[in-house]
Amino acid sequence: MQPNFILTASRHDVTSVLEDITELTLGDLCRACGAQVDIIIELISEGVIEITSIEQSLPQEHWRFSGVHLHRAKVAMRLHRDLGVNFAGAALALQLMDELEGVKLKLRSFAV
Amino acid sequence: MEFKDYYLVMGLEKSATPEDIKGAHRKLARKYHPDVSKEKDAEARFKELAEAYDVLKDPEKRAAYDRLGANYKAGQEFQPPPDWADRQAEAGSYSQSFQDVDGQDHSAFFDALFRGMGRGQNGTQQRSYEAFDMHGQDQHARIQIEVEDSYNGATRTLQLRVQTQGNDGRPQLADRTIEFVIPKGIRAGQHIRLAAQGGPGMGNGSPGDLYLDVEMLPHPLYRTDGYDVLMDLPIAPWEAALGAEVVAPTPTGQVEVKIPAGSVTGRKLRLKGRGLPGKTPGDFYFVLRLTQPIAERDADKKAYADLQTAFKTFNPRAQVEALEKTLNTG
Repeated sequence: MQPNFILTASRHDVTSVLEDITELTLGDLCRACGAQVDIIIELISEGVIEITSIEQSLPQEHWRFSGVHLHRAKVAMRLHRDLGVNFAGAALALQLMDELEGVKLKLRSFAV
Repeated sequence: MEFKDYYLVMGLEKSATPEDIKGAHRKLARKYHPDVSKEKDAEARFKELAEAYDVLKDPEKRAAYDRLGANYKAGQEFQPPPDWADRQAEAGSYSQSFQDVDGQDHSAFFDALFRGMGRGQNGTQQRSYEAFDMHGQDQHARIQIEVEDSYNGATRTLQLRVQTQGNDGRPQLADRTIEFVIPKGIRAGQHIRLAAQGGPGMGNGSPGDLYLDVEMLPHPLYRTDGYDVLMDLPIAPWEAALGAEVVAPTPTGQVEVKIPAGSVTGRKLRLKGRGLPGKTPGDFYFVLRLTQPIAERDADKKAYADLQTAFKTFNPRAQVEALEKTLNTG
C-alpha cells in the first residue's frame, strides 16, 4: 500500500545506547515501560529484573535501574501480551535466550 | 490490492474450530515473536499472523471475511464490493469488539475490510483520542551493522512505515526517513534509543521512543565477544615452533604480530585496547591456528620424514592413551 503522505526526513542526534543507561528511578522505569509500579514489583519478584537484596530493603525511591533492566522488563511485558506467558515464564524465556546467545558465541569461536 | 488468505497464513483449513485457531496462533506466535525468533522475516510474519488472528478469532469478522473470501485465492487482485462499507456499518458489528493488536499497521487489505468502521465511528480507540493525552507507542526496528561501524561510528538512514493520525482523526500510514548516528563502541544485542522518534502521542501526549535492535553482521575475519574482537590467525608449524613476525589485518589497520616461539593452536595474542571502543575499550585477539602444508612433491615428503626422525619419541596421542588407561582401570 502506498502511504498517504511522506514525512520529511529528519536527522536525529539524540541517540543513546539503551544498555549504557544507568540510574533510572522506579518512576522512570514505569514511564518508559508504560507500566504501573505493581507490575514492576512483580517483575522484580519473578526475577525478570534483578536488584540486590540490599537495594530491595531500601525505600523504593532509592531503587535504581539500568537500560538492561528496562529492556528485560519490556520484553517480558511483550511476551506476556503476545504469547500469554506469565512473568515467571518470561523470566525463564529471558534466561534461556541469554544462555542460547552465550552458546552461539562459543560455537562461533570453535568454527574455523 | 492482493487478497490475503488468513487461513493460509495460520496454516488452517476453512473448517478450523476456534480452538484450532487459538492453538495455531499460540504456536506460530511463539515461532515468529520478534523478541524470541531469529527467523529473518520474523517481524513481518508476526504482523501478518496478528492480522489473521485478529480476523479469525472474532466470529463476526470471520463470517464477513468468509463470505467475501469464498471466491478468492491468496495473492489474487482484490477489490472490496462497492457496498461493503455500508453493509458492515448497518450490521454495526465491529464497533465494540474492534481492537487493533498493539496499534500495528495492518495491511491495506485489512484496512479496506475492517478499518474505519468500528474505530472511525464509535470505536474505543476513537474515543480515547478525544478523552486522553496518551504517550505514543514505542516502536522497534532491527538494524544490521558491520564490526567496522562500531569501531568508527557511522551515520545511517532508516525508512519506517508508521501509523499516524490524519486530519479526520483516522489512522493513516506514512513513510518516514530518519537519519541517525550509530554510536562508536555499539555491540551486538544492544539497543539504540532515539528519543521521541516513535509513534505519535495522542492529544498532548509525548511521542514514543524508537528502539533499534543492533545485530552485528558476521564478518569473514572478525568476531566479537562483548567489547573484545577476535580473529583466527593461521600460522605454519615452523612459525609456531621457532617464532616469527607476521603482518596481519585488524579493523584499525595492519599490524606486525610477533608470534612467540613454542606457540600452539588456540594461543591468544592480545592487542590491549584494540577491541571495540568504549569507556573501557575491549581487546583485540589473534587466535593462532596451525596450518600444515600438504606434502605433494618428493622433497615435501622428505621434509616430513625428517621431522618424523627428529621427533622419534613424540607421541601425539599420549594424553588419549593415558586417559583411556585411567578409564579402564578406574
